[in-house]
Amino acid sequence: MNANFSSDRRSFLVRSAAVTGGLVLGVRFPGEALAATAASGVPEVTHWLVIQPDDTVIVRIARSELGQGTFTGLAQLVAEELEADWSKVRAEYADVNDHIRRNRIFGSMSTGGSRGIRDSNKYMREAGAAARQMLVTAAAQEWGVPASECTVSNGVISHPGGRTTTFGKVAAAASKLEAPKEPRLKDPKEWKIIGTSPARFDIPDKTTGRQVYAADVRLPGMLHASVAQVPVFGGKVRRYDESKITGLRGVKKVVAGPDWVAVVADNWWRANQALKAMPIEWDVGEDAKVSSASIMQFLRTGIDEAGTPVAREDGDFDAIAKGAAKVIEAEYYNPYMNHATMEPQTATAVVTDDKVDVWCGTQNGEATMAAASEAAGIPLEQVYVHKMHAGGGFGRRGPHQEYTKQAVIIAQQMRGTPVRVQWSREEDMQQGRYRPVSLVKLRGALDAQGNWIGWHVRQADQSIVSTVRLPGIEIKNGVDPINTRGFSDNPYKVANFTNEYAMRNTHVPPGFWRAVAHTNNPIARECFIDELAVAAGKDPYEFRRPFLQGRKDLGVLDAVAKAAGWGAPLPKGVHRGIAVVDSYGSFTAAVVELAMKDATTIDVGRVVLGIDCGYVCHRDAVIGQIEGGVIWGLSALMHEEITIENGRVVQSNFSDYPLLRLSETPLKIEAVLVPTGGFWGGVGEPPIGSLLPALVNALAAATGKRIRTLPLKNHGFSYA
Amino acid sequence: MPSLQVNGKQVNVDVEPDMPLLWVLRDELGLTGTKYGCGISACGACTVHVDGKPARACVVPISSVEGKSVTTIEGLSANGSHPVQKAWVQLQVPQCGYCQSGMIMSAAALLEQNRDPTDADIDAGMTNLCRCGTYHRVRAAIRAAASQA
Repeated sequence: MNANFSSDRRSFLVRSAAVTGGLVLGVRFPGEALAATAASGVPEVTHWLVIQPDDTVIVRIARSELGQGTFTGLAQLVAEELEADWSKVRAEYADVNDHIRRNRIFGSMSTGGSRGIRDSNKYMREAGAAARQMLVTAAAQEWGVPASECTVSNGVISHPGGRTTTFGKVAAAASKLEAPKEPRLKDPKEWKIIGTSPARFDIPDKTTGRQVYAADVRLPGMLHASVAQVPVFGGKVRRYDESKITGLRGVKKVVAGPDWVAVVADNWWRANQALKAMPIEWDVGEDAKVSSASIMQFLRTGIDEAGTPVAREDGDFDAIAKGAAKVIEAEYYNPYMNHATMEPQTATAVVTDDKVDVWCGTQNGEATMAAASEAAGIPLEQVYVHKMHAGGGFGRRGPHQEYTKQAVIIAQQMRGTPVRVQWSREEDMQQGRYRPVSLVKLRGALDAQGNWIGWHVRQADQSIVSTVRLPGIEIKNGVDPINTRGFSDNPYKVANFTNEYAMRNTHVPPGFWRAVAHTNNPIARECFIDELAVAAGKDPYEFRRPFLQGRKDLGVLDAVAKAAGWGAPLPKGVHRGIAVVDSYGSFTAAVVELAMKDATTIDVGRVVLGIDCGYVCHRDAVIGQIEGGVIWGLSALMHEEITIENGRVVQSNFSDYPLLRLSETPLKIEAVLVPTGGFWGGVGEPPIGSLLPALVNALAAATGKRIRTLPLKNHGFSYA
Repeated sequence: MPSLQVNGKQVNVDVEPDMPLLWVLRDELGLTGTKYGCGISACGACTVHVDGKPARACVVPISSVEGKSVTTIEGLSANGSHPVQKAWVQLQVPQCGYCQSGMIMSAAALLEQNRDPTDADIDAGMTNLCRCGTYHRVRAAIRAAASQA
């Protein structure tokens, strides 16, 4: 085995693909694409792109493809300014090791917070513009004419004298030129590729089984591992009895860390069967007494305590409430939820004397690299991360890299042998980094005319930032700046507003779950505003409008209300709900229409969801994220809840943590794109924020019952 | 040693009789297009056809498919030309794509049994889980494939 790995890794991979081929039609390693272009001997024009002699343009992508379309979208940004022939554009991952060796030349590799397009659009467009100038200069120098006389279109450079050439012919000469520092970018009115919907690069292989996810990496001599981690978070391994599985067919080794035990075998099923058969005892400590009920009591202390940290205070709510015509209050509760990516957490590692190779579906190539480096105790420069398209991310595969560390630690004990770690679904469900629980108490004040004159929000929840450190984000004065989003930065122009935050951390590890705080805070906020509208005797859409004047939120709210026909009569039995929520730099609004088939069966017939994300890059991908966000939200509202008993997660698979099914999906999901330009907002997460409260508001309209604790199944509801 | 047909080829596999078909496909035959999602027949990511009928390979013991014919996503068509695959590309259905092999195999089996499924038929026939939320397009793509068939 070692011989394979001491040789060049590119030829190794080519061989490994041939060896594992067997019945496989084709094996693709997207993570190796950069290596492939580098190996082809064609020099890069800049670090962002390679143009081959046949005019193929290969754009390097630093972010990760999770299905949101970033591979295609980021390439569109480059191709637009490059004046490329789109049919010749391809994408490959920027190599993480190359990135580190070149002083982090590719910028951020993090793929979270709906940041892919919005944070990299400028430098990606500049990469295209710079390369275009270099290519034109190279052609002009060859022809002995001023570059300013040349024009570019569809990958062809022309001079009025009649000469033409293509990118591929001058790319080598262009690569020797200095890249211009601040190339001029097009006016958005001139865009031809940005804003369109080219076929996504990643889709064909995802329909034939050829797409290789981290779970599908197959290397010569590779072994498979299944892992059991301490079920009470923070506990340790006490002992395990390896003798019980010794001699079982295919079992090669048992490896343990401080809080996990893994069985390695020649087939993942054998590894997992042996793991289940092996007795393991854990040291679990006091946290084994924690339950969902005790956590609820703990949250309650945050609602009731005095002297709670203040995230924001405008005016004087208490004073205005004293003189108000009406003051109402309500409490909203949201449970823990799991990411439940369809591909359970997976990583493959090979450790040799001088380097570590890791194959991983990751939302952050650098975080994976750092985890592997730490686990192996070797410098970053000796770690090679091969990014694979992830089988779902949603925030699970970013800062949290336990599976990567486990793969490296196991592989380190089996030097030269590739080890593929894949968690069982049960492990994935019980070792999540969960959307935190939250309890929110709101109070609102109305004057005699039913005008909203003040509100007060007290949050008690589990801080994410206290566990997961992110650069530039700090807890200040006891306030988690992420957990308070949606309240502390709310768009409503109400003079008297207080946002208090009571941090209540448990031993259950929290994480960033698609849309993060915008999966719970908007429910409390937008549903409570509906409660205020009811108390004021006003239409919930009209009630909100005066407090959003001058905000982009109002534009998208009006657009969605119009598209949904808000105010127009509905068929008998159909009811509506509305909400407006900004997040991740974008503005969204939703209208949900539903009917009750009986007292508890909800038939969601239509969802209209609009977004103003400033500029639209890949139009169809934006629509796809709206559709996916609607389904994500409907699933969360009805089905999803992680509960804790004896310190451990109760749910273990899709049998007790069900997800929304196709049969529950509305027949009509209508995306309303109203980009107003001038900014770049996120898309992957924002639609969820407005969908959630819009549905709960529609349910209240239909039933007269205000639901304030989720999921809906706990109230006996189901979807038709 | 169980013998079965996989994508038209006769294969003999020397494994325990209770090893699920899924792990024979993935870890013995290298056919990784069929995915592991739950291991309890709850998600459908491992859907294949056994003698033309949809089956969830994670709960099918290899001993039970002795002498049978198994088709996986790799064998559905030589080059992605099955009407369901074409509709999936046309309507840009997949997001992360991990569930889509199983989704496509379920859809192909549904259309094999029912050339013009109603919405209710699609609801009943498509119980695979998709975490990215592509159901809306899955439904549309099944309709598109039905109209092309």
